[in-house]
Amino acid sequence: MRHLFATVAGKAVKAVARLRGGGSALPGLVAERIDPQFLPRTLGNLPRGVVVISGTNGKTTTTKMVVELLQGQGLKVFTNRTGSNFTRGVVAAVLGDSDVRGRLDADIAVLELDEAHAVHFVKLVRPRYSLLLNVMRDQLDRFGEIETTAGFLRQIAAATTDAVVLNREDPRILALANAVTAPRIEYFGLAPQLRHMFPHDDEMRNAVAAEVPGATPGLEGGQPEGPRADVVLTACEGSAATFQADGHPIEVELKLTGVYNVFNAAAALVLARTVLGPAVDEPALLASLQNVTPAFGRGESLTVNGQPLDLVLVKNPAGFRLALKSFPAAGSRTMIAINDNYADGRDMSWLWDVDFDSLRETGVAEVSGVRAQDMGLRLFYEDVPVGRVDTDLNASLHRFIADDPDSPKRIYCTYTAMLALRRELGKLTEVEVVS
Amino acid sequence: MDAPVIDLLQLYPRDMNIYGDWGNVLVLRKRLALRGYDVRLHEYNPGDTFPEQVDLVVGGGGQDSGQNKIQADLLAQGGRLRELADDGLPMLAVCGLYQLFGHRFTTHTGEVITGIGLLDAETVGGPTRLIGNTVLDSDEFGTVIGYENHSGLTTLGVEVQPFGRVTKGDGNNGTDGTEGARYRNVIATYLHGSLLPKNPAVADYLIRHAAERRYGSFNDVALDIPHEAEARTDAAARPR
Repeated sequence: MRHLFATVAGKAVKAVARLRGGGSALPGLVAERIDPQFLPRTLGNLPRGVVVISGTNGKTTTTKMVVELLQGQGLKVFTNRTGSNFTRGVVAAVLGDSDVRGRLDADIAVLELDEAHAVHFVKLVRPRYSLLLNVMRDQLDRFGEIETTAGFLRQIAAATTDAVVLNREDPRILALANAVTAPRIEYFGLAPQLRHMFPHDDEMRNAVAAEVPGATPGLEGGQPEGPRADVVLTACEGSAATFQADGHPIEVELKLTGVYNVFNAAAALVLARTVLGPAVDEPALLASLQNVTPAFGRGESLTVNGQPLDLVLVKNPAGFRLALKSFPAAGSRTMIAINDNYADGRDMSWLWDVDFDSLRETGVAEVSGVRAQDMGLRLFYEDVPVGRVDTDLNASLHRFIADDPDSPKRIYCTYTAMLALRRELGKLTEVEVVS
Repeated sequence: MDAPVIDLLQLYPRDMNIYGDWGNVLVLRKRLALRGYDVRLHEYNPGDTFPEQVDLVVGGGGQDSGQNKIQADLLAQGGRLRELADDGLPMLAVCGLYQLFGHRFTTHTGEVITGIGLLDAETVGGPTRLIGNTVLDSDEFGTVIGYENHSGLTTLGVEVQPFGRVTKGDGNNGTDGTEGARYRNVIATYLHGSLLPKNPAVADYLIRHAAERRYGSFNDVALDIPHEAEARTDAAARPR
């Protein structure tokens, strides 16, 4: 009865919140307060259990890939699509998809969870599978230290009952293997020749090491191969990728660009193969993979004036560096928008750990966002030419488009800047509404 | 004639470089170059040979794990670093290195990590992290702007002066209003952000003393760095 009441109350709040515009976590809060057993009951009874995906970078895109891979195998998948990756956001998503009795019509739940909130979540619902992507310096003003974040992921690994999928190339993720209590661990990995594309966080900014290949422990040389990976990314050129899956080469043409997105595809493949087991329909799996489009704001491509405009979310130094390596600057007009609201992280230090030298040749046409001046100063010290620095995001965006309407464009933006830009871009072009 | 050289040593960049401390190196290098100095950048990691010629030392913060990795090596180099500091070598020690430049750091579990005692200061682990935008008032440098993120609470002894007094933020310990420490030409602070890009007066102090100590004079050219003043204003106005 309490459950029914919680569901109905939550749904009512959700309807009101929708009318007021936004607020995806509030209805979850209401249902959670009324019935703490809400999540264990709704998610705990799914026939194929719950999958948790966490880590610093790539959660949203990887979750989207896993969902689409599993749907392509005929599974009914529940997910927290709104990007509200806190426990309350999950409750809200369950409320949206369940009937009044709180029953979910799904075979499996695939949930993207923020590291800190995942710890709370796995105490309520033990996941059958988890996928842990990476630990990078991110939002240190919230979590304090990278070891704290690694500790959160350790608890997720320990709480998982059937299988844990780990990134072989991230030493902090690899080290979680000894916390796993589930009978099975699978890995995704990179071929040695690709590892330089993913410098580990510990050698974030180390000029000498960066110039001397092999000087960095944990990268080329110095480190043994590690455990066998179920799927290894062996080549990546634009959107063309080659994987080795269980020893067999797979060549695919993806709708995702950016080597980090493609590496996440390896993670998604391992997870999907682990969940499906021998029943996997390989051709269907690859067909699904080739059709996955980026999650909103994560390398999302819009069309403005008949020209592509890519939004690339950047939220920490590793992600920003990977994004700059993934997308060549030549041929596109570049804008950078940096906000420092709570969701972005207030500390601007991270901008100093990103190398911007790849932008030196083309320059940056517009620098915007609340901390545009910090970004402008950063680019000055990297000798990157800057067109205009303006904290007014909308003014920058319109100038960015109008000053050179006939060129492809790319905007690197922090989370809240991305939300604001999408809103403004919605007036100019078709932008998918994500409720 | 060849340009005069300044040897800049980055201490423990591999283990103590969190929070954009690389920005401090970039700024020192650029501001020296703009005044006609060639900068030779040395990196010193545990076990390396300490370079013979050093004019300026910078070192940053680290995770607890990073601090453990460098501690023994730092103790071994402590005598040399103390001598250099006493001799007037300019140094910038941020966050974790600031703590280890003091006498000791007693963690919240009671473990004592011995520092090199270059600074008359000591640190105890606090119950929470002191985090956020920070603004100082400094007699020497005017308004100093940065970002703090530390759980250690530092108390200064009589041999050192504070770097500044907090007008926004917690500073050394959240109670006595002080932030950082000053000893001869050493500046130690919890502030990153990075510190030097938005605090050119501090950068130029370090550069001036490095040049004067080595060459007896400093080519003091005023620099006009775009976005510098605006970035200071914007940062100072942001919420904690």
